Amino acid sequence: MATTTQEVSKHPVDLLIEEYGYDDHFHEHEHGGDKYQSGFIQKYIFSQDHKMIARQFLITGMIWGILGGLMSLIFRLQLGFPEESMAWLKPLLGKWIIINDGVGTLDPEFYYALVTIHGTVIVFFVLTAGLSGTFSNLLIPLQVGARDMASPFLNMLSYWFFFLASVVMFFSLFLSTGPFAGGWVAYPPLSALPQASSGSGAGMTLWLISLVFFVVSVLLGGINYITTVLNLRTKGMNMWRLPLTIWSFFITAIIGLLSFPVVAAGFFLLMFDRMLGTSFYLNEIFINGQALDRVGGSPVLYQHLFWFLGHPEVYIIILPAMGIVSEVMSTHARKPIFGYKAMVYSIASIAFLSFLVWAHHMYVAGINPFIANFFIVFTLIIAVPSAIKVFNWITTIYGSSYRFNAASLFAVGFVSMFISGGLTGIFLGNAVLDIPLHDTYFVVAHFHVVMGVAAFFGMFAGIYHWYPKMYGRFLDESLGKLHFWGTLIGAYAVFMPMHYIGMAGVPRRYYKFDSFDAFSQFAGVNKFITIAAIITFVFQLIFVINFFYSIWKGRKMKTRNPWGSTTLEWTTPIHAGHGNWPGKLPAVQRWAYDYSKNGRDFIPQIEPVGEDEKDDFH
Amino acid sequence: MQLLIVIASIVLLTLIVIQISKLNELATRLKGEEEAQNDTNRSQGNLLLLFVVAFFTLFIVSGLYYKNYYLGFGPHEAASAHGKDIDWLFWITLVITGIVFFITQFLLFFFAWKFRGRKGHKAQYISHDSKLEIIWTLVPAITMTLLVIGGMDVWNKVMPDVEDPSELVQLEVTGYQFAWDIRYPGPDNELGNKNFRLISSSNPLGQDWTDKRNLDDFHASEIVLPVGKQVRVRITAKDVLHSFYLPQFRVKMDAVPGMPTYFIFTPTKTTEEYRKELSKYPEYQLPSDPEDPNSPPLWQTFNYELACAELCGTGHYSMRRIVKVVSQEEFEKWASEQPSFFMSNVRGTDEDPYKGEYLEMELKQHAKEYKAQLEKAIEAENPDDKIVRLKYVTFETGLAKLSPLSRYELDRVVETLKEYPHMKIEIAGHTDNTGDAEANLKLSQQRAEVVRSYLLEHGIEPERLTAKGYGSSRPQASNETEEGRQENRRTEFKILDL
Repeated sequence: MATTTQEVSKHPVDLLIEEYGYDDHFHEHEHGGDKYQSGFIQKYIFSQDHKMIARQFLITGMIWGILGGLMSLIFRLQLGFPEESMAWLKPLLGKWIIINDGVGTLDPEFYYALVTIHGTVIVFFVLTAGLSGTFSNLLIPLQVGARDMASPFLNMLSYWFFFLASVVMFFSLFLSTGPFAGGWVAYPPLSALPQASSGSGAGMTLWLISLVFFVVSVLLGGINYITTVLNLRTKGMNMWRLPLTIWSFFITAIIGLLSFPVVAAGFFLLMFDRMLGTSFYLNEIFINGQALDRVGGSPVLYQHLFWFLGHPEVYIIILPAMGIVSEVMSTHARKPIFGYKAMVYSIASIAFLSFLVWAHHMYVAGINPFIANFFIVFTLIIAVPSAIKVFNWITTIYGSSYRFNAASLFAVGFVSMFISGGLTGIFLGNAVLDIPLHDTYFVVAHFHVVMGVAAFFGMFAGIYHWYPKMYGRFLDESLGKLHFWGTLIGAYAVFMPMHYIGMAGVPRRYYKFDSFDAFSQFAGVNKFITIAAIITFVFQLIFVINFFYSIWKGRKMKTRNPWGSTTLEWTTPIHAGHGNWPGKLPAVQRWAYDYSKNGRDFIPQIEPVGEDEKDDFH
Repeated sequence: MQLLIVIASIVLLTLIVIQISKLNELATRLKGEEEAQNDTNRSQGNLLLLFVVAFFTLFIVSGLYYKNYYLGFGPHEAASAHGKDIDWLFWITLVITGIVFFITQFLLFFFAWKFRGRKGHKAQYISHDSKLEIIWTLVPAITMTLLVIGGMDVWNKVMPDVEDPSELVQLEVTGYQFAWDIRYPGPDNELGNKNFRLISSSNPLGQDWTDKRNLDDFHASEIVLPVGKQVRVRITAKDVLHSFYLPQFRVKMDAVPGMPTYFIFTPTKTTEEYRKELSKYPEYQLPSDPEDPNSPPLWQTFNYELACAELCGTGHYSMRRIVKVVSQEEFEKWASEQPSFFMSNVRGTDEDPYKGEYLEMELKQHAKEYKAQLEKAIEAENPDDKIVRLKYVTFETGLAKLSPLSRYELDRVVETLKEYPHMKIEIAGHTDNTGDAEANLKLSQQRAEVVRSYLLEHGIEPERLTAKGYGSSRPQASNETEEGRQENRRTEFKILDL
């Protein structure tokens, strides 16, 4: 203990922490090493260290990302090349490829299963757990100056519930009746009645069990994030000194805590309908030659419960990305984020409004048309805080000295995607325009750009930026840039053309289009999209290779604060142990964005405000 | 083998990746970190600027190239009245968002290029600017308000309350895995009640036959609509959710089991008119069958379509029905030719609750037929043509006993005789040629007498009525076939005097 302090105290940051820091006597309680970090299993598997849990979330999320991406390639092949034989996929997909005269076709049932599982895992496992789970865990304790999460044990459980959810979902892929195939929104009665679709049998049961575990994971994580931000901020870290990352994770966790239980309730009622013979969602159904005895429910009720989570969910996905981008952009622009308070208020108002817009997914689902009026108003109002954020990012770049690397490029790309995808939301939010566009490729393009690709861009920005913090090494920069350019151009090539066929009225979730006069003329566009998707996916493999190669072989981090960042996470040693800071906790003296102030490149948050310094922002 | 190729390519990719990274690291070390970063800033900044130029160019070029895909443009003009309003709002939104798109994307990439890090360049410390922030809060707020007002205005017009649907053209569409059933209300313009428990192979919609509004409802295999008339579609589903989607009419509404939904719209272009418009566009000149260059061009075979827009299972993509928009006259003609589902499929079967009695509309029909014959007989010059056939007078097999339903037709005769107090008639019985001719003659005589006594009971004077049996002596049709024999077994009356 004593030796380490002496050794590191040569570093000026440690001197500052030593002088102004807060002594929580953390290390005095240790007797004979860290009881939470001894042994391989405690350190790498059932770890309670938030930094390890973050890495677990990230890698599990990445595996799902690859699987989800591969699924999309298979169904894109069906859409782009419906005439081509898929017999070569037989070794992988087995009975789901039907071979007739040597020509292999994808079973439509499995096509729908792929579409469904692709959506489910990308939305929940990759962009919720993989994004918010990873970065909330990594950054909340480090950036608020805490030793760990409020409850490291619950935090560990949060990951393992996610893991359990993953295992159950993965297992469902191998059922002989196939995984669930009724769309990621799982609307009953299709999802409630095994006789409606073969995936609605055991596949749906596993889907529901998996997602209930997932909800538990989100809730355990969320309650921890909120508690940690509220209670474990270090000395001097008042709310207005929090970096925007923390604000976004904090508010995301609140949204999650308020909305996930509602969908869990919806899932439970669906389970009751499936297993206990209730009829919450069933009414006057005649299926497979039989009239169902259970009446009195409403399928629309499920949609309300689902979208009460479903819409906040898209903000659960995008807000952390926004926080990450704000932080990454400001750091590499060497300039404070423009309109810090406006950013916080807009995150908060987006979060608030996100609870008042759910029925805009249901304009043509049979709700009372009068009710739609309210949802039009609130939906379009969300454009205002979103626009403020975009303007603030652009103004952050204005007058900066922008340092380009993979992280900061992805931050720029994020804003571009968010603009493109956000603007199409203005069409869809207006109920009357939703009539022709609902459930067409226009919607597919919209949400993929604004919450799929944009969130991935935010995630990539975060990974490239904080990778040194996670692994003590850098991701390879050239490959990172290659990855960025491939993804930026590729993603636009995939999703821009979808707007065109969407406007022409082509519905989503079609196995093929040839029987309709109105939808059968877009084979060329569909082919183009499929090719672009395959190429874009290959660029993601470059990232995956880079990621795993760099864990062991990447350029080593030699200084603590490679980006010249003001925030606390860069004041820990390069390989921080459990507890993050070897001695005292750092005390915070100023806000997180003192870049290029008073002629200095940056002033860390732990440095006291000088006598002559005008602290206009706290 | 394939697996080998895949593995080999992954290994190759990994090697390339590692080499690139090593090369780059070497270059950085040679130049010094700051120098190298400034070089990167310059090249990446230039690339971003190049990207935004290329992006805009491709955006505009593709936008022009695909202009015929746009909602409300060229071949995608709406074919319904409210569709025009929707298309208009779409274009307003497109222009507004287009402007914002170009400005913000340009500034984003332009600033990134302009303010790239370079030697001697320092960032400015700007944390906020209240005036600027108020402006860019207000501008989107006002724009959104305008779009909200426009949107609500159109929405509430598209979704009106209907007090009295009887003025509208009505039909009902029912989705099930994986097709649609189409039902029209028939002449009464009222759809009868349904009950899902009554669904069977002979009653696909579960129509409740005790609801008399059902009796004239007819089923159709295509949706046929008159142009320029307000149409109200009642949308229902049997099993899971479906969605009633008519792309050209800007109509979409979920079909929910147990909860009917409605959509009201007015088609403005007949199928023929729409085809004619499509013929202007080169993409519709292609042959309709890509394999056969001599097949008619696409525009000639084009049809409005009904599609499903809510995932409903494996066959979701195949739920197609043709929609035809025709002139009012054609529609009326078509509708009048459609047989009622009840009359053609249920009447007289075990499921018919009215078995053994005449329905009101049948009685009307019979009366009409009788009246037509009577008028013709009165007018006729030739005494042999002054015959009215009593089509609905029947007897129990082999007996001279009237079946109970015969009274309706006989009452018509009573009425006629009361209307024409001087009319004298001869009631004639006829049989086919099966069996003994003597017995047939006797039976026909007896049956004619039975009819005569019915008329007498109803107050007709005996001297006006004679009864005569002809047996099988006067066949009207061939006795070779069953239909012919049926035609020959008949009761008639002949007007002897007026």
